Amino acid sequence: MPAVSKGDGMRGLAVFISDIRNCKSKEAEVKRINKELANIRSKFKGDKALDGYSKKKYVCKLLFIFLLGHDIDFGHMEAVNLLSSNKYTEKQIGYLFISVLVNSNSDLISLINNGIKNDLASRNPTFMNLALHCIANVGSREMAEAFASQIPSILVAGDTMDSVKQSAALCLLRLNRTSPDLVPMGEWTARVVHLLNDQHLGVVTAATSLITTLAQKSPEDFRTSISLAVARLSRIVTSASIDLQDYTYYFVAAPWLSVKLLRLLQCYPPPEDAALRSRLTECLETILNKAQEPPKSKKVQHSNAKNAVLFEAIALIIHHDSEPTLLVRACNQLGQFLQHRETNLRYLALESMCTLASSEFSHEAVKTHIDTVINALKTERDVSVRQRAVDLLYAMCDRSNSKQIVAEMLSYLENADYSIREEIVLKVAILAEKYAVDYTWYVDTILNLIRIAGDHVSEEVWYRVIQIVINQDDVQGYAAKTVFEALQAPACHENLLKVGGYILGEFGNLIAGDPRSSPLVQFNLLHSKFHLCSVPTRALLLSAYIKFINLFPEVKPTIQDVLRSDSQLRNADVELQQRAIEYLRLSCIASTDILATVLEEMPPFPERESSILAKLKKKKGPGKVPDMDEARWNVNGNTEHSENTEPTNKSSPPSLVADLLPTNRPRPASYSPTILSAGNMAPSHPFTDLLNMNSSPAAGASLLVDVLSDLSSPAPAPTTGPGPTDVCEEHFSRFVCKNNGVIFENQLLQIGLKSEYRQNLGRIYVFYGNKTSSQFLSFSSSVTSSDTLKTQLNVHTMPVDPTVEGGAQLQQILNIECLSDFSDTPVLNVQFRYGGTLQNIAVKLPVMLNKFFQPTEMTSEDFFQRWKQLGVPQQEVQTIFKAQHPMDTDVTNAKILGFGVALLSGVDPNPANFVGAGVIHTKNTQVGCLLRLEPNPQAEMYRLTLRTSRESVSQRLCDLLSEQF
Amino acid sequence: MIGGLFIYNHKGEVLISRVYRDDIGRNAVDAFRVNVIHARQQVRSPVTNIARTSFFHVKRSNIWLAAVTKQNVNAAMVFEFLYKMCDVMTAYFGKISEENIKNNFVLIYELLDEILDFGYPQNSETGALKTFITQQGIKGQHQTKEEQSQITSQVTGQIGWRREGIKYRRNELFLDVLESVNLLMSPQGQVLSAHVSGRVVMKSYLSGMPECKFGMNDKIVIDKQGKGGTTEDTGKSSGKQSIAIDDCTFHQCVRLSKFDSERSISFIPPDGEYELMRYRTTKDIILPFRVIPLVREVGRTKLEVKVVIKSNFKPSLLAQKIEVRIPTPLNTSGVQVICMKGKAKYKASENAIVWKIKRMAGMKESQISAEIELLPTNDKKKWARPPISMNFEVPFAPSGLKVRYLKVFESKLNYSDHDVIKWVRYIGRSGIYETRC
Repeated sequence: MPAVSKGDGMRGLAVFISDIRNCKSKEAEVKRINKELANIRSKFKGDKALDGYSKKKYVCKLLFIFLLGHDIDFGHMEAVNLLSSNKYTEKQIGYLFISVLVNSNSDLISLINNGIKNDLASRNPTFMNLALHCIANVGSREMAEAFASQIPSILVAGDTMDSVKQSAALCLLRLNRTSPDLVPMGEWTARVVHLLNDQHLGVVTAATSLITTLAQKSPEDFRTSISLAVARLSRIVTSASIDLQDYTYYFVAAPWLSVKLLRLLQCYPPPEDAALRSRLTECLETILNKAQEPPKSKKVQHSNAKNAVLFEAIALIIHHDSEPTLLVRACNQLGQFLQHRETNLRYLALESMCTLASSEFSHEAVKTHIDTVINALKTERDVSVRQRAVDLLYAMCDRSNSKQIVAEMLSYLENADYSIREEIVLKVAILAEKYAVDYTWYVDTILNLIRIAGDHVSEEVWYRVIQIVINQDDVQGYAAKTVFEALQAPACHENLLKVGGYILGEFGNLIAGDPRSSPLVQFNLLHSKFHLCSVPTRALLLSAYIKFINLFPEVKPTIQDVLRSDSQLRNADVELQQRAIEYLRLSCIASTDILATVLEEMPPFPERESSILAKLKKKKGPGKVPDMDEARWNVNGNTEHSENTEPTNKSSPPSLVADLLPTNRPRPASYSPTILSAGNMAPSHPFTDLLNMNSSPAAGASLLVDVLSDLSSPAPAPTTGPGPTDVCEEHFSRFVCKNNGVIFENQLLQIGLKSEYRQNLGRIYVFYGNKTSSQFLSFSSSVTSSDTLKTQLNVHTMPVDPTVEGGAQLQQILNIECLSDFSDTPVLNVQFRYGGTLQNIAVKLPVMLNKFFQPTEMTSEDFFQRWKQLGVPQQEVQTIFKAQHPMDTDVTNAKILGFGVALLSGVDPNPANFVGAGVIHTKNTQVGCLLRLEPNPQAEMYRLTLRTSRESVSQRLCDLLSEQF
Repeated sequence: MIGGLFIYNHKGEVLISRVYRDDIGRNAVDAFRVNVIHARQQVRSPVTNIARTSFFHVKRSNIWLAAVTKQNVNAAMVFEFLYKMCDVMTAYFGKISEENIKNNFVLIYELLDEILDFGYPQNSETGALKTFITQQGIKGQHQTKEEQSQITSQVTGQIGWRREGIKYRRNELFLDVLESVNLLMSPQGQVLSAHVSGRVVMKSYLSGMPECKFGMNDKIVIDKQGKGGTTEDTGKSSGKQSIAIDDCTFHQCVRLSKFDSERSISFIPPDGEYELMRYRTTKDIILPFRVIPLVREVGRTKLEVKVVIKSNFKPSLLAQKIEVRIPTPLNTSGVQVICMKGKAKYKASENAIVWKIKRMAGMKESQISAEIELLPTNDKKKWARPPISMNFEVPFAPSGLKVRYLKVFESKLNYSDHDVIKWVRYIGRSGIYETRC
């Protein structure tokens, strides 16, 4: 201890410390400290005044005892006394004690402040420094209140010493961080900027830190600093390594100052002044050039300092994002680092590249390094570096390389570190969805994902798969088939089982035609895994079973037996028991029709922010997901919208199915499509929410991608200005065989329908969703019909509220009565004011003749008898057309059922043909209708024959139905 | 069962490490050191659970003994074993210190092998152990085969604690009744809690296989005798007080069946020193001393303390080693003490005034007064006023226990109860003897 050997050293303190160090046990230490404390107390108590030396010694001892972890509740006064001493060492100890021990609410604070004030006012630079250090170390609000106004004047005063300026700048920085509101901005700010020109580099470094912080707070006040900073930077960069003497660190000129200046410049956009700009570009180029030069020293400090400046320069280049050449150069430089043997450099390079990837200029350049990055992923020893590699792969992924990257990530996943597995899973899930051109690939990828890393696949991931499969009509069959095959593995993950149960429950019918996956086989496959899984999965499987009962009446007894077994009906778990009992009763009591309604296929999910992405964001914390995503998300604006609508939906009304259910079930509403959701997906998708969808299978593929990322695909322009607009019938044809869905959508408004028909009456619930965050004013909607239609169809509109809040949803009920057969369609006119302009929207309402169908079951004999009765040539309409969609029996079945007629099996001698019968109810008459559809798979053609008692009806129905295949 | 046993010095260095079961790894040794011995906060619980491993420790001066297990063991059993282990070691090499343990480590391992088998405690009777674990070298052991088989039969036989063929010229017997009295009293003199825990320690030097019978003034026995007994006995019992024993435990030599049925304590004693029984009483305790505190705060910087102690036993008896400890506030800056008797001193390292009196007869009174100067602090916390504690030693049993008889019967050898020289001694010590002030 050098201090002790000098005359000024404190022997008593040294002895005390060595005593404590020699203590054998905790108890001995406490005893020694108690003794010392008593001694100090008696000394402080003593009536004769202590000299400065003893005071300093005892305060030091107290400080030491405090730092050992004991409470000190006296001696503060003595410490404050030390402040007024003229000796440096005594003052120093006093300040030390105060910065460590004095808390802000101490009653001594005014005395302390007085001491500090005196020192600040003194002309002695060391005392001023001590005082400034103390203010900065304590950094409390009180300190800021007392001195925040005084320090700036010290900082900019002309006669202040350099070292004091340095301390003052740092002290102000600290106060600005702890209580920014108390640091007054004033004319000094302009003069602070000129400190960048100071002779003394230490002052410049301290001032740069201060200015950077202040500039973040009020960029405008410090705009002048740009030119000074650039000038200073260029002087440093171009200086020879020996010019700066003390500030040259291992042959690098003032690395800390350079880094700080570069940071400061990152607070601002690229300078507008061309000269300045070129000078800055020159600087950055020089820095990049220097990186290429052979190192001047082999010492690690040299390369560290050099690289620190380089990385900060690259950060600035990325921040400016304006010079393509620089960006590409930076990218190439980072590319070199990717293979550097220094792990830290590889880490930093990957991290910086991640941000580079989001720049449009350098995205391509980053992509060239894909192989290196993939290699890093595989061979890197350090897990944090691998993590960065994954991040970079995620960031550089686009349509062109998505398949490769996803495949690499998947293969890496098998032996990835456990800590990053979940994140990789999320990323793979997102990329697969985002860049899926072909949804079969998506389904394959996700199923693979679940197979490889089932444990790390979070709920959100598999929810998402199901949402997508349900929203994409064309992959449903494929998904069912793939899931079925995947489930055949002897040991499959529970998550796979969940997906499997859900998809087979919904779309098992699509693969039921194949004898290898007949309904019973499907059921047995699912049930074989039933006992191995957890309660929530079992609950989901039970729901899948009840869906099977609806899809395949032939397995009903088997499933009922399963439900009836004691292990279900008397299960200890209430949820399982309740499901088993209710499903069993439901399957026994309800007729086929009711079952079909209750267990209807899930309607498409509303599009919203991908739950996975939300999860990834949450996991990484704000700002860690590459910026581009954030930006794109905000542009799309969908995020807010879907979040906002949720609460309003809760209040929105009646369950349609409730009316249809004949029995007084206690929870009728929950039997509707939520049925499968209960307990699994319910929290995120309440039943009514289903109406709030903005994607549809037809436009789904593009919309999904749209919502996720694509800036390039132009969003539909909002209809502007008043006046007649085209009648929208984009989604119209979809509603021929469906009753619910989204009929219209643009950037402002989404219109969803939910309709129900009984005989000649119908009711449509129209949901208007405000997608913006501001109000729609003078909102009105009406239904107009052509004159002929008015005599055929009665449409009664309920009035609606004239304002729709931002993000809210409005419901309107339309009552419809069919008077006689019709072929025209009514039009829904919507008018509202948004942001001052009047919006006019007209949508074709999907009210078609076939909606008033009542299916009729009949035997083969009956059918042909009636067929012959309708033998008049005008009564028959026949059309032959080419298939627009793949010819799938199950899909066709579903469509014919959706059309409204009963599907009669075993009527036609050719089993491939479809035969249906139904009665159209109008107020005046009832029109019987028979139809026959003969597919020709070789030619991909259909022949549709319709016979009804009315010629016009036949024609209309034929037109409607033929568009569907 | 016990998985392993470690002995550490005060620095946490392992002196002895004996692992009995595979589920205890080497890292358990470090876990205890890091989490208990070197813990930032002092660990006060004797049982510590670290990563599903339980550590039971006792501390003897600077030495830590820790038993380790992964199973759900009977904690009382483990501690009983650890205490026994300490007794055995003391019997073999005296005080348990780092030095002694280092010097006797071979012996300790030998003992550990004998008294614990796969973690199950075995015979830990010092007398029996000393017959076959000796401290002489192999050369010194001139045991014949006969002797060896004798040891085997003794250790495995019914009476494992005493070997046959012991002979003494003088048959002697020492009986110590050692009690410690615990008290917590309010400032007004109200007893808040009091109990006595006592031990009966015997040293026997008797020939052959004597059968002993021990009698004391246990309430149940006395009452029983009074009911069914002779006139002579009733007269005695009314004169002498009997005591109610709350609970007691016996040395393994005592026949418990007999105690249960007849409440009589009969046994074949081990040779040498052993603890015959342990007991606890809570009723009718004779409190040897009364402490009357008087604390007055004079302003913020001064405190006046006056403490009077009164001895409350027969004037003919002498109490010894009396020590009164009066705690002082944490901001004490100076103390002046005046006492009539003994010596008093302010000990800054312990934050207390310690008053010592060598001897004091019964029915006497003594007083101390102190002036304590305080340093004003900015802490607003009030002084917690810890209780005044006391230490002493008195030559009677505060519980009132009396030894009524100790009879020795040896049928084979020719000596009777009268030939045995018997010594009885009572010592009452203070346990935690505190008075609030």
